[in-house]
Amino acid sequence: MATLELSLDETEATPVRRRRRLGVLFWCAIGWMVLVFAVAIFADLLPLPSPTDMDMLERRAPISAEHWLGTDGLGRDELSRLIYGARISLIVGLCAPMIGVTIGGALGMLAGYFRGRFESFVVGSMDVLLAFPPLILALAVTAYLGQSIFNLTCILGVLGIPAFMRVARAATLTLARREFVIAAQALGATHARILLRELLPNVLLPLIAFFLLGVAVTIVVEGSLSFLGLGVPPPISSWGSMIGEGRESLEVAPQLAFIPAIAMFLTVLSFNLIGDTMRALTDPRQGAL
Amino acid sequence: MLFFVARRLLYLVPVLIAVSVLTFVIASLLPGDLAYVILGDQATPENVAALRHDLGLDQPIWLRYLGWLWHILQGDFGRSFRTGQTVWQAVSERVPVSFELMILAELIGLAIGVPLAIACAAKAGSAFDRFMTGSAFGMLSVPTFLSAILLIYLFAVELRMLPATGYVPFTEDPVANLRFMVLPALTLGLAEWPGIMRVLRSDMIAALQEDYIALAKAKGLKPSRILFVHALKPSSLTLVTITGINIGRLIGGAVIVESIFALPGIGRLLVGAIYTRDLIILQGVVLLVAAGFVIMNFIVDLLYAVLDPRIRHGHA
Amino acid sequence: MNGALLSVEDAVVDLPTPRGNLRAVDHVDLAVGAGRTLGIVGESGCGKTMLSRAILQLLPRKAKLSGRVIFDGQDLTTLSAEKLRKLRGRSLAVVFQDPMTSLNPVLTIGTQLIETIQEHLELDLAQARQRSVELLTAVGIPAPEQRLTQYPHQLSGGMRQRVAIAVALSCEPKLLIADEPTTALDVTIQAQILDLLAREQQRRHMAMIIITHDLGVVAGRTDEVAVMYAGRVVERAPTPALFKQMRMPYTEALLAALPKLDVPPHTPLPAISGRPPDPTRPLKGCSFSPRCRYSAGRCSTEKPRLSPAETLEHLYACFHPIAAGSGA
Repeated sequence: MATLELSLDETEATPVRRRRRLGVLFWCAIGWMVLVFAVAIFADLLPLPSPTDMDMLERRAPISAEHWLGTDGLGRDELSRLIYGARISLIVGLCAPMIGVTIGGALGMLAGYFRGRFESFVVGSMDVLLAFPPLILALAVTAYLGQSIFNLTCILGVLGIPAFMRVARAATLTLARREFVIAAQALGATHARILLRELLPNVLLPLIAFFLLGVAVTIVVEGSLSFLGLGVPPPISSWGSMIGEGRESLEVAPQLAFIPAIAMFLTVLSFNLIGDTMRALTDPRQGAL
Repeated sequence: MLFFVARRLLYLVPVLIAVSVLTFVIASLLPGDLAYVILGDQATPENVAALRHDLGLDQPIWLRYLGWLWHILQGDFGRSFRTGQTVWQAVSERVPVSFELMILAELIGLAIGVPLAIACAAKAGSAFDRFMTGSAFGMLSVPTFLSAILLIYLFAVELRMLPATGYVPFTEDPVANLRFMVLPALTLGLAEWPGIMRVLRSDMIAALQEDYIALAKAKGLKPSRILFVHALKPSSLTLVTITGINIGRLIGGAVIVESIFALPGIGRLLVGAIYTRDLIILQGVVLLVAAGFVIMNFIVDLLYAVLDPRIRHGHA
Repeated sequence: MNGALLSVEDAVVDLPTPRGNLRAVDHVDLAVGAGRTLGIVGESGCGKTMLSRAILQLLPRKAKLSGRVIFDGQDLTTLSAEKLRKLRGRSLAVVFQDPMTSLNPVLTIGTQLIETIQEHLELDLAQARQRSVELLTAVGIPAPEQRLTQYPHQLSGGMRQRVAIAVALSCEPKLLIADEPTTALDVTIQAQILDLLAREQQRRHMAMIIITHDLGVVAGRTDEVAVMYAGRVVERAPTPALFKQMRMPYTEALLAALPKLDVPPHTPLPAISGRPPDPTRPLKGCSFSPRCRYSAGRCSTEKPRLSPAETLEHLYACFHPIAAGSGA
């Protein structure tokens, strides 16, 4: 009796209505993503002025037919910089979690599957990595290695490894005890086969959901570093560096800070929304119903 | 309980050693040589060789590490070759500023997040709850430097109510100090409350479905007592956990906020050291911040154990 | 039914679920007189806990209750929240199934007892403490003074249930609802707890409802038994009459499923075959008919009504009752 009624209480906590309400926002987020990706990929084909051409006579120009979003403090076209900036934010934002999800996911699966000393070693090393506040570590490493998009991506990727490792390990730990894995083992399947054919497809879904949340975090961290002038090196524009430059002219031309800020907020929000929806869908607690 | 503390302490030592190794390795990633950085334009092969010898850079890396660690264990973190200040001096001057900022920020985060979480949990599923959960979700997507700029624009540029940058020590003029601290602390606090609210809310909603809440209702207790004593007290452990998890992000946020608002804290010291390539200061600050972070996490773990009667009595 | 301490009249509890409406309690009538004991028996999911929650007005927020619950002359379904609160814990008390989860893990035993006493009785802290010690002694807890400062996890399951009983008894309720009070406990402890409940019920002249899945629990400890199946009361009779002559095949099957001491070990228990019907897909006929070995004819097309047999106290809902003289 108790079991039936307890499960009823749980269904009550997450009403079906909520998912439908998220649905509209979810599709808005997808729409924004498609737009940002499209302009970032086809930036070279769009009829845009160069993002680095300065026009000292037209500094901080207002919105006009020639400059749709005006110009910045050095007379560069704001819209063009915004679109090329989206490229940087997306390249770093997608590549870095890619590193994290590959290495962290592999380590987590191996640790969760083989257990024992290897697991202790992996978890221990991750604890060391987690002992540094992430932004501090990123700042320190860029300072020593030098500023470049490649370095930045690598560092942010490495910083993401512990989180992905934890997700993959937790998923593997629960899956490895399930019947289908034990059955595969009993049938004499090799470890590689079990890991790739039985476990990976099941671990992948939570990893992908987490990957999207990782993209959002990475875009924010990249933005923070670039905002401080310690991310991508100038004259490359990134949303973070544009906001950082816009801060100087907040009194005379606040739009220079706020336009990239809005673009960044919407993008981060979209990744968060899509990731969160996917996480909710892959949440084992809901699947149990 | 004693066993718990001992085990955690034992774990602390290897982590701290590993942190020092990693800090040292990162510092050795420097392309070229520290000697070139210090000498700058005056770098001649002779000069460099001499300085390398003075700094011990001609020794193998593990010997250099042991030497560095030996000095650190004696409290010698090195000295800036730009300002001549020791790392320890520079850090201890700035720690109070960062601490004040982080504590104020966490208090603001709790002051916004906790009441909202309670209100939402009590009316879970209501329009208010849905609106606040949505707002919290939106706020999670606002990077610290965005809310900083927004707040500066609103309160310093448009309304001219508060200063955008600057700092006065609390001991000199408490009122002025707080005026300078409001915007930075608010910026960080705005980043903190959504996390606090989301976790505490779902925790309290779960708690409110527990049998002991049903029993508390069946005992005829007042709704306020059920909410604040029976449901909130078990969740207070969650608050400690969240605060612990937040520390890392708070430190990162402090770096950005201190830079934006020109507060002379650890974060600004770090960023300044990067700008001026003051590598000794940088290395020392990274090590101290990481060590402080590890120790703070250790304290949070202990606090958790002290608060939870189940761990306190060895039932963990 | 008038003059009863508690009477439930035509109670229906509906729960919305993602799969559709779930009727947990289906037109139930019950009554308990002052100082009497009623046993409610049924399998998991038959609606007995929902019924107890309906009496206490503690249903999940989404659940809908219709019908009346008259307690001490007042209809609880229409009572204001504040009046209801004054009643709960004071004259209407409950003991839940699992003492591991029904006591708050982060509050001391003393706090959980004293808060109840002080909420309802005009006692100062010292008096409330004194009363708590007396209560803990009454429910058979050794060293009660020390227990007050302990947390639930420091006590065994049986001890915790004793604490939960002490909490329930703290304000001398007129009616105690014990919802599967022994299910979560060790078999060796179950009898002790049941005897404790019976003893305190006698001593305090309170009415008691024992909810259980175990016919053995209600035998000899209750005045009347109601058997529930799929949200309905399918048989109701004074306890001696029921055990002398059960008429509903379901009751018989429940009794047959009890382990007995006089059969040799390793004899398979005659379990009831099949599963209870899906409560979101109500059957047209008798809910038990798919599992009933007597099922025939209109059993699957028409719902039998709860109606009296040879005596007015013995009611059952069955078209093919077990004939008098046969059965267990």
